[in-house]
Amino acid sequence: MTLADQFRPGTFVDAFRFIGDNPGFLLSKAGEHLELSLAALGIALLLSLPLGLWLGHRHRGLFLAISVSNVGRALPSLVLIAVGLTIFGVGFWNNTAALVVLAVPPILTNAYFGIEGVDRDVVEAARGMGLSELQVLLRVELPLGLPLVIAGIRIAAIFVIATATIAAIAGGGGLGEIIVNQASYGLAGVVGAAVCVSALAFLAALLLSLLLRAVSRRPEPIP
Amino acid sequence: MSRLLASGGPVIPNFGQGSSCEVHNGWFCSEWVRAHWGDTLQPALIQHVELAVVAVAVGFVLASALAFAGFRFRLLDPPIGVAADFLYTIPSLALFQLLVPVTGVTETTVEIALVSYTLLILYRNMIEGLRGVPPEALEAARGSGFTRLQTLVRVELPLALPAVIAGLRIATVSTVSIATVAALVIPKGLGQPIFIALEQDVFKTEILSAGGLAVALALCADGLLVLAQRFLTPWARLERSA
Repeated sequence: MTLADQFRPGTFVDAFRFIGDNPGFLLSKAGEHLELSLAALGIALLLSLPLGLWLGHRHRGLFLAISVSNVGRALPSLVLIAVGLTIFGVGFWNNTAALVVLAVPPILTNAYFGIEGVDRDVVEAARGMGLSELQVLLRVELPLGLPLVIAGIRIAAIFVIATATIAAIAGGGGLGEIIVNQASYGLAGVVGAAVCVSALAFLAALLLSLLLRAVSRRPEPIP
Repeated sequence: MSRLLASGGPVIPNFGQGSSCEVHNGWFCSEWVRAHWGDTLQPALIQHVELAVVAVAVGFVLASALAFAGFRFRLLDPPIGVAADFLYTIPSLALFQLLVPVTGVTETTVEIALVSYTLLILYRNMIEGLRGVPPEALEAARGSGFTRLQTLVRVELPLALPAVIAGLRIATVSTVSIATVAALVIPKGLGQPIFIALEQDVFKTEILSAGGLAVALALCADGLLVLAQRFLTPWARLERSA
């Protein structure tokens, strides 16, 4: 049975029936999906956020920031996971490593440009008030550059949740396991799981957008 | 379905009886690449280019139309932006599958998904580019007696070009990258040899060669667009050296 043989317009109805019939199963798969995504996102944040912030603060590493984002975009997630498989074999760490590589560029680049773009006069004023370099970064530059920093994390989160689906081909579990296993779950299951992944990515994006809005709306300092 | 069977045939016929590198699944067997360039890698590369070129071209035309609409009628900008943002959020693998019940297992399914990913980037950059045109330039155009159409074609579009090409670069590179996943739906593009290699006990050479080609293709396309930008906006270089 191939996909085309099963093609019916009512598939979406069946897909939602599949979701309604298997809430527990889908929830546990979504849990695996989130676990993998959060692990990758967490490691990527630890690796790239401090580096991006510090490079932006020192106004150094423009070339690094730009090339990391360009090369990162050119690396197909499927290729990353397949190459990860050849190095680490099947398992959690293969997928986590591949997803980390995917998440680092947008976080690093946006953190860099967020901090780098902060008005230099403001930074000088802060230095003049006797703030240490770390204080300048954390108390002045970070609050001002935060919208772009969070925008980068948002892009990375969407990437990671979307790509964690492909991780299923490397035994990563998650909702992708249903999507790539049409033989067991049928087209309804495949489409149902696809709906769930979209919802997950959309929720994550929404959450970070709200956070973004919250931090962008802070009152302007009195001149 | 015959197409599926035809191109899904034995792609690694010698796997198991080939050279010792192939039998032991070495990291990179150049003899395999030489032997299967013609029947596996080259066709996949050409299909990949076709998939990406069609997607970026259609995306560019659609985004241009939307950008002109959103630029001319400001009320249209927020809804178009939100719709493009929403399309961008749907994971590529999921979108491919979501479209299958509607458009079937066809190239159309893949192209719709790929186009929808280019829209957000292209639209945003076009709008930003058009809005970023300095008011003095518009004043000068009006003072020279340009009509609205002349202003658009001879002042606003050239000045928006760098932003448009920047968007085109991002969209092209992402499309080349995402097109690898298209092989889950139709047996085309550089993702196809990768999926087959994964099924054949993770045949490393095929994964690395097809993956390397995909990355190289993305970087080459990016380089070509950089050259195009230099050629199309010679004044940008003059300004920098001045």
